[in-house]
Amino acid sequence: MPFLMAAAHWLYLRRGDSDYRILTKAWSKGVAIFFAVGAVSGTALSFELGLLWPRFMEHAGPIIGMPFSWEGTAFFLEAIALGIFLYGWDRVRPWIHWGSGLVVGLSGVTSAFFVICANGWMNSPAGFDWNNGNPINIDPWAAMFNEAAFLQGLHMVVAAFEAVGFAVAGVHAILFLRTRYRLHARALKIAFVFGALAALANPVVGDFSAKSVARHQPVKLAAMEGLYETTRGAPLLIGGIPDEVAEKTDYAIELPGFLSFLAYGDFKAEVKGLKEVPRDERPPVLITHFAFQVMVGLGSLLALVGSLGLFFLWKRPEEFESRRMLLTLALCLPFGFIALEAGWIVTEVGRQPWIIYGILRTAEALTPRPGVVYTLIMYALLYGFLSFVVTMLMIRQTLGLHRQLREEGR
Amino acid sequence: MSLLQVGILFFLGVAILLYVLLAGADFGAGILELFRGRRRRDEQVRLISHAVAPVWEANHVWLILAVVILFVGFPKVYTSLTVYLHIPMLAVLVGIVARGSAFTFRHYDTLSPRFFRLYSAVFAASSLWTSFFLGVVAGASFLGAIDPGATGFAALYVAPWLNAFCLILGLFTSSLFAFLAALYLVGETREPELQAIFRARAAWAATGMVALGALVFASAEAKGLPLARAFFANPLSIGSFILATLIWIPFWGSMRQGRAGWSRTLGAGVVGLVICGWFAVQFPVAIRHVGGSGLTFAEASAPAATLRAMLIALLVGSLLIFPALGYLLKVFKWETFEKG
Repeated sequence: MPFLMAAAHWLYLRRGDSDYRILTKAWSKGVAIFFAVGAVSGTALSFELGLLWPRFMEHAGPIIGMPFSWEGTAFFLEAIALGIFLYGWDRVRPWIHWGSGLVVGLSGVTSAFFVICANGWMNSPAGFDWNNGNPINIDPWAAMFNEAAFLQGLHMVVAAFEAVGFAVAGVHAILFLRTRYRLHARALKIAFVFGALAALANPVVGDFSAKSVARHQPVKLAAMEGLYETTRGAPLLIGGIPDEVAEKTDYAIELPGFLSFLAYGDFKAEVKGLKEVPRDERPPVLITHFAFQVMVGLGSLLALVGSLGLFFLWKRPEEFESRRMLLTLALCLPFGFIALEAGWIVTEVGRQPWIIYGILRTAEALTPRPGVVYTLIMYALLYGFLSFVVTMLMIRQTLGLHRQLREEGR
Repeated sequence: MSLLQVGILFFLGVAILLYVLLAGADFGAGILELFRGRRRRDEQVRLISHAVAPVWEANHVWLILAVVILFVGFPKVYTSLTVYLHIPMLAVLVGIVARGSAFTFRHYDTLSPRFFRLYSAVFAASSLWTSFFLGVVAGASFLGAIDPGATGFAALYVAPWLNAFCLILGLFTSSLFAFLAALYLVGETREPELQAIFRARAAWAATGMVALGALVFASAEAKGLPLARAFFANPLSIGSFILATLIWIPFWGSMRQGRAGWSRTLGAGVVGLVICGWFAVQFPVAIRHVGGSGLTFAEASAPAATLRAMLIALLVGSLLIFPALGYLLKVFKWETFEKG
């Protein structure tokens, strides 16, 4: 979102069109609201790690804490830069002001990378030896630069651009359809270009990610695919319902050899199935498989819509603003976010029953304190309430924007 | 203690100190809003919003930094806090979420006055609530009523913090924050009447601070904790106490003369010395347990490799953060004040 804001700001500084100034301010309010709610829910999260998972933090904190310290630095810079951007309109020189907006975005992306280093470590633990339930020989650098970190981080950051790009484009497509303000068409184009480019890049990045999962977490890959038997030339399953009791996946469309190819670049390669590990070391297959299908399905759809839209923008600009295209973009509004969340379900549910893959079980990491279910309910209510309020605020922001546009007689 | 541990502990101290001096004032602003009296009510709210908004997010990050240093550098301290003191910690958390959202919402969601009042009420009430429970958590880590061997929910999770000492310390913390806010706010306006209002608030808060501070000592003795003896036997804590008392006189002088630069520096100095005094008595124990034993920072610290890596992160981070923070404060606090 800060990058969209900086892009609009850049256009304003270059062209001096006040539409872009209004747009920059409108988006910066969105950024400010998301940031503020992100900051408080992030604080909640840093407490929650201890309140819900003290055993995990006691073991993992020393090993994987370093990315959190770096993340803290990046977050700090983001907070400072945001303060300068939001309140610096007539106080700091224009290009420094623009730069502060860019720093908000850059440090946000950096934060995301560092946090995902920590998550990557849970998937691909490194930088310590496990000695009777205690970590020894800790190497925080090796833990931070674990093998999953980079690809997972890249996949997530690109996904964030994709989700935000399509969501913002969708909102402005709807608003443009209803009000025909030029401002919305311009906003729509900026957001769409970000979203579309990300949507085209993400299948490639995701493929690298999948290859890494195949090497480091074969059980997760098998669950993603609903593959029970270890198979040479394994088929790619599209759709299908895994039956966890009968240990097979029914009603799927099979593309022979394609899973082996996607995982190892060889149609004949052997892909490990779920039966390789005992039942109590398997993740919930149905959820993982379903979430993976959702992610890939929606991701492919957005890549398609993205390339079509880019083609229109390049060759047929009038077609881009046609009712059909605008309705399509409005429909795609939530898809990026749904795909992103589905991806998180794949990686988190797919890692179960482990919290640190192969090392510590999720059940063992939970707090020993009784009544933890109430804490969980409280957190769920808190996040639910915040989501509701933020949605409401965003709707009211656009109402405020339209009021401003009307008053200025545009 | 190794040099590494000292280094990490230094950053923890700096983070807590700056959280108190910077974000503490934001809490205090909310508390002042709650008790803003009858005169110039709307102007007070406007001034507070205007003064706090640009630095709001940056001030908040010191807490996140402190929490991160705790769970990376001293994981056992962090686990102990979140297990035995989870109730006041949850209270802090709910308060932080409520006031963080309410403050932002009132700034951006300006469509109707009804919502403005609602957000303001939530912001003001949760500022008092959160600062109170922050004080309770600090008090409980110091008091030594945590009993890992106890059985039963009340003895394990309630008794360590639900007592006169912790509750008074909670109120003391709130008055400390209100004092900071009032003295900073005097420098945010050129209007004599508003300045007078906040100067009077600072005096009230200071009176509260002194009275509650005395009660903190009394309640500690009543609970069997020889706080006064520990405090006066420790050269660092008694030193900061004396220094704070000495600063007090020029501080009020600068307040009367309306020299905001001086009164801000000296007032923050007084509060900073109070915090340093607390650090000095608490050290080397991180969390005291029943019977005077407890968890020291040295015992609770992470392995050397972790500390070394984090120290590098913190040093590099400081090189980036401090100049940026200085620029932010220069643009929005110093220049505003200079230009009026």
